[in-house]
Amino acid sequence: MVKSSNDKSLYGQIRMEKVFKRTLIGIAIFLIVLTVGFFITLVQQSMPSIKALGFSFLFGKIWDPVSDIYGAYPFLLGTLLTSFLALAISIPFSFSIAIFLGEYAPKGWLSEILKNIVELIAAVPSVIYGFWGLFVLVPIVRSFETSIGVLPYGIGIFTSSLILAIMIIPYAASLGREMIRMVPSSLKEGAYSLGATRFEVIKTVILPYTKSGLFAGVLLSLGRALAETMAVTMVIGNSSAIPTSIFAPGNTMASVIANEFTEAASTVYLSSLIELGLFLFVVTVIINLIGKTIIKRFTNE
Amino acid sequence: MNSNISAGVKYRIGKSGFFKGAIIFFSFLCALPLFAILIYIAKEGITKINWAFFVNVPAPVGEAGGGIANALVGSLIIVAVAAIIAIPIGIMGGIYLSENRNSRLASWARFSVDIMQGTPSIVIGIVIYFWVVKPMGQLTNGNYTFTALSGSIALAMMMLPIVVRSTEETLKLLPPTLKEAGLALGLPYHKVILKIILPCGISGVLSGVILSVARIAGETAPLLFTAFGNSYFTTNIMKPMQSLPLLIFNYATSPYEDWHDLAWGASLILLVWVLLLNIITKIATRRWKVQL
Amino acid sequence: MKFLNKIKSAAPAIMMATAALTTTATAFAQDDNSILGAGSSFVNPLFSKIFSVYNAQTGIQVNYQSIGSGGGILQLTNKTVDFGDSDAPLSADQASKMSADVLHIPMCSGAVVITYNLPGCSANLNFTPSVLADIFLGKITTWSDPRIAAINKGVSIPAFPIIIAHRSDGSGTTNIFTNYLSDISPEWSTKVGKGGSVNWPVGLGGKGNAGVAGLIQQTPGALGYVELDYATQNKMPISKIQNKKGNYITPTVASTVAAGNINLPADSKIFIVNTDAADGYPIAGFTWALIYKEQSYNGRSAAKAEKVVKLLWWNIHQGQQYCAALNYAPLSAAALKVAEAILKSATYNGKAIL
Repeated sequence: MVKSSNDKSLYGQIRMEKVFKRTLIGIAIFLIVLTVGFFITLVQQSMPSIKALGFSFLFGKIWDPVSDIYGAYPFLLGTLLTSFLALAISIPFSFSIAIFLGEYAPKGWLSEILKNIVELIAAVPSVIYGFWGLFVLVPIVRSFETSIGVLPYGIGIFTSSLILAIMIIPYAASLGREMIRMVPSSLKEGAYSLGATRFEVIKTVILPYTKSGLFAGVLLSLGRALAETMAVTMVIGNSSAIPTSIFAPGNTMASVIANEFTEAASTVYLSSLIELGLFLFVVTVIINLIGKTIIKRFTNE
Repeated sequence: MNSNISAGVKYRIGKSGFFKGAIIFFSFLCALPLFAILIYIAKEGITKINWAFFVNVPAPVGEAGGGIANALVGSLIIVAVAAIIAIPIGIMGGIYLSENRNSRLASWARFSVDIMQGTPSIVIGIVIYFWVVKPMGQLTNGNYTFTALSGSIALAMMMLPIVVRSTEETLKLLPPTLKEAGLALGLPYHKVILKIILPCGISGVLSGVILSVARIAGETAPLLFTAFGNSYFTTNIMKPMQSLPLLIFNYATSPYEDWHDLAWGASLILLVWVLLLNIITKIATRRWKVQL
Repeated sequence: MKFLNKIKSAAPAIMMATAALTTTATAFAQDDNSILGAGSSFVNPLFSKIFSVYNAQTGIQVNYQSIGSGGGILQLTNKTVDFGDSDAPLSADQASKMSADVLHIPMCSGAVVITYNLPGCSANLNFTPSVLADIFLGKITTWSDPRIAAINKGVSIPAFPIIIAHRSDGSGTTNIFTNYLSDISPEWSTKVGKGGSVNWPVGLGGKGNAGVAGLIQQTPGALGYVELDYATQNKMPISKIQNKKGNYITPTVASTVAAGNINLPADSKIFIVNTDAADGYPIAGFTWALIYKEQSYNGRSAAKAEKVVKLLWWNIHQGQQYCAALNYAPLSAAALKVAEAILKSATYNGKAIL
């Protein structure tokens, strides 16, 4: 049989189809390789410090590049302090927004305004938060510190936490809203028909029902707070000493990398910084994955 | 009758009302810092912006008349190149994930994208330094090290998960009959995807793309060790390049009034840019009724 | 696992793609008329001035990023910049990391000044070495300390807590300053030591000289050390420091010149802190441009090597006239001779460039 030109183009089509499918698979593999590569690169580059310092790295209390002593404890503490303080400050706000948008006013102009506000908070670049914090928030915190009688640094862990608290509100808020909306109305109606007030419905039906979802939102906020670099670097005070109070200057893992990465001259110094990055990577990834798993389970129920 | 309502019920209703008040108070209190920031940046920024601000490069310390032309153009180029890299890969990745919902490879890829989305931006900077900046220096005999391209690649890494997930979510929502109709007509698979499925979901995909651009436009941390900064005007993506966020970071922490002025102006420009992109996304999603 | 095999087969393809991307990008990039430098923020005000003049005269763009001396040394080690600049000579450890000999070409000298932010007190205060050391050791914690009052009779100093501002990045300015403190205070020498970035007992960190000056301006009660020009430009108070001969010296170009008026060794690596000169300012130092002695490394072109060396030659000659206006001390005639000799020893494939 003579092959017609039609057949040829058909074969061409089939070949194209194969190429297309392979490209798609190739890209899916690429995405995996990228992520695995990330991890491998970080591990590889932090090997010198892992070998030289081992586990003592995480608990070493002194970070002194001059004497080649690297302990991550001050930054670990700084990161935990800023993140959890920020979380504590932001939770009343983010949960209020979630409840307001999810229960009190799911529709209407007021909720539209609030929704836009939340989106704007998420949209402002972190370097602008830092800049504003440095020039507006820092003097306010300083006069506050003077009035309560602590050393008026102005910048420090407390200021960073305030900035972070603003920045992470949207994450827990928008997720919480979704979760609260998914509460079956039959449950709420049941409670109302028994004579419960709105507050009681929220307290005894909605919050228990959405508990895990709200927790997931908090985790995502936490992940964001741990990883935030620029705004924190600008207002935390960049001190490698162990912070003595929440008003003291400090450093987070992310901010110390931002400050010292381009100048870490010795091998162990550089790889210690990368090990900090690796640790930060692993922790934020785990927190995010736990959060996402909870959400998935919640939405499938 | 009111008098019949017991004190206990009154107390409960009062408590409920109080709670509502507290919720509303806290909800709208968070607008305070936001407006404080927006108004402050607008007020400080607007007075610093003039013609020279857009066309000049920063002047040496102590000399007046500097501008941010290098950072403005630099930011546009770095973000554009990042988009060029991330969009095709991201959309194709999204197509794969929506087409193969349950395959082993897809679930691993989805997992990877989740990880990528949670990766701290500063860590992306570190990795790109080792993947691009250092090897490129070695490959080109040190001629090209810190480059705008490496900055773009770092930002593309941040865009990728957003584009992938928004594409996937959009395409998942399309009715399967669309695809089936196309295949039944004898169209090859790639044509069904590229000519039918993708155009139908294009609005959602585009919204995801714009949103991802808005997210990376203000990113600073991944650029610290990649695009590096440049005090001159350049459009060569193989050179170090200045960008708005980097300029703001460096100048904000300096002691010079002139530099603070440049940083305030740059902040306003960056803010307007990012907010515009967000508004465009919003209009697009509302118009096409896309869920992100 | 099937899945792992898929990855394995894809790996070479991805690597090739990356390599292809790099090479095409390289091919498309036009040949540059630019030089990339990085390092000391101490010298940045001077460099940003003279490089903009150089650009106007020759069309060559010198992109100097003020990332700190430590950063400059590291980036030169990694060969990511054409030249580095540091206010401290390479340490033995740093030198051993470099793949080849590095030339130190003195650019100028400058003073590290103690500046502060004391609302309601604009006087230029006096400091003795021991008071200074105790402040930075965290032993003197308030401005109203009697030891500060004793050396500043007749000045009313408000009672603020002292907040130390120091560098958060590796810095030659820090190196000069900690060298000085180690020289004058045995306690500092044993407890903290000297170097580009030390473990500060107290205080806030700022990035670069600019960051420290910014911190001080922002924080009432703050005290810190910056290069002279940063303080002058921003109209910050500048303290007088008692030198070895017992005189209180205001840091100026003249007193820096006086401190640097010594015989430079042939490699020019010398610290001039705690000078013996009666009118010399005690916290001063040179800043050095750093380049590889053999410029033909990594296959860089002869033209590029010549460009870099010519730039530095211009810096130590025509560039010097801009020093004084920006409060740096130009090289003395003797120091210039040494600098010329060092720069002339730069080679390309073993042949002298100049």
